[in-house]
Amino acid sequence: MLWTHIILLGQGAIMTVAISAVAITVGFALGVLVCAARLSPVAGLRGLGAAYVSFFRGVPLLVMLLLIYHLLPAIGIDVPGVVAAIIGLTLSTAAYQAENLRGGFLNVGTGLVEAARMVGLNARQILLRIRLPIALRLVFPAVVNEAIMLLKASSLVSVVGVADITRDAQNLASSTYRPIEAFTIAGAYYLLLNIVLSGGGSSLSRMLGRHRA
Amino acid sequence: MSEHAAAITLEGVGKSFGDNRVLTGIDLTIRHGEVTCLLGPSGSGKSTLLRCLAFLEEHTEGIIRIAGEPMGFAPAADGGRKRLPDAAIGRVRRNLGMVFQQFNLWPHMTALGNVAEALRLVRRMDRATAEARALAQLEHVGLAHRAGHYPSELSGGQQQRVAIARALAMEPKIVLFDEPTSSLDPELTGEVLSVMRGLAQEGMTMVVVTHEIGFAAQVGEHIVFLDQGRILLEGRAAEVFQAPRHPRLAQFLQTYVDRGASLVLQE
Ligand SMILES: Nc1ncnc2c1ncn2[C@@H]1O[C@H](COP(=O)(O)OP(=O)(O)OP(=O)(O)O)[C@@H](O)[C@H]1O
Ligand SMILES: [Mg+2]
Repeated sequence: MLWTHIILLGQGAIMTVAISAVAITVGFALGVLVCAARLSPVAGLRGLGAAYVSFFRGVPLLVMLLLIYHLLPAIGIDVPGVVAAIIGLTLSTAAYQAENLRGGFLNVGTGLVEAARMVGLNARQILLRIRLPIALRLVFPAVVNEAIMLLKASSLVSVVGVADITRDAQNLASSTYRPIEAFTIAGAYYLLLNIVLSGGGSSLSRMLGRHRA
Repeated sequence: MSEHAAAITLEGVGKSFGDNRVLTGIDLTIRHGEVTCLLGPSGSGKSTLLRCLAFLEEHTEGIIRIAGEPMGFAPAADGGRKRLPDAAIGRVRRNLGMVFQQFNLWPHMTALGNVAEALRLVRRMDRATAEARALAQLEHVGLAHRAGHYPSELSGGQQQRVAIARALAMEPKIVLFDEPTSSLDPELTGEVLSVMRGLAQEGMTMVVVTHEIGFAAQVGEHIVFLDQGRILLEGRAAEVFQAPRHPRLAQFLQTYVDRGASLVLQE
């Protein structure tokens, strides 16, 4: 009985992992673009980047998900709930990751860049060979942290009908009348996934740490 | 006087940060093959002057010439100055190497990678050639056996020697040092100073900002003493460190003697 419930929520766990993984990777790529805009010498781009960040950090994710879910069909784009969910999570995490990255870039010591200028590296080489790799190493722990936050926040996608862990647990609770068991299993799944995520993150971080000053 | 040709000349160089005037009316000639030491109290503008030579800081007045070529600004026909394009600045900068107080090694590259990077990207050497050259350069500072180590795995003294190797790999005509031993534990300064001493003996043109009065007295040939952004006095090491001294210099040197530094003079 218990095992069938655990297996049942396992399907939700696969959904949770899948949408979180897509959102965190696509969101990171989008975050790089937003960060580039925020650090751009062009004032208009900087403003656009700043507006993006303040909008997606300012509106609650739950509201954002519901808005996207209802807005897309209203303007004639019919997408399944899971796509709306991924779009919402991606746009939101991109704002946070852009800010993390920006912090990383600003923390690359000016001396490291001056040393590169003194041996003759040009601006593009300094960006690609010095600033970017160092910034990425600096922000790696923050990215792992953001992945954990996102995995937990993904439980909100149940409101747009996505069959993730939380939604499966809700269904299970109402069909079995055993909510405590259902949500305990759900909680255990999230905990387990996050332990794996942070464990993997810290061992990767240790490998990178060898290269950090 | 020396028959050496001018490596760097400064004419009426000044620098202000906004309203804060840091350097005033600096006229100076640095000759090829000499070790010039810049001394002076904290805040007197030594680092700023050195950074202006490399155009890491833009001087707000006057003209700096490196190997005869104007750095950053050239005299204009109307008597003012005109800003040179970045490409020209980069070309003149190739005459210079710089060693920083904080080493500034790139943390994500090994010692070998730090030295080979510009050989590959700027000199366009293939990896094998660049690494062979880099290894020879590390050998020169006694660190060939640490080539595969990351900066975080090296002592401060070793990091600074790698930084010197990185600067020398590009074959600069002049090497600028900004307090190269100031962030080292006292027992590690010796290995860096001895690399610098070796470099001086090979005839490298060096401009060294230092608080190591002993080094300045032994290795320095041309001593420049800055105070409040002006050159208070300059001259040959033997003259400057011996009487008759300027009262400000005497006072400055006395603080070192008070701290237990011994003044070992040439001759
Ligand atoms: N980037 C900057 N912006 C504004 N002021 C600056 C800047 N860099 C230096 N200064 C000012 O210029 C003055 C000279 O500084 P500088 O670092 O050249 O002195 P220094 O002789 O190297 O001192 P120290 O021995 O402490 O290294 C100081 O008053 C400092 O506050
Ligand atoms: Mg200084």
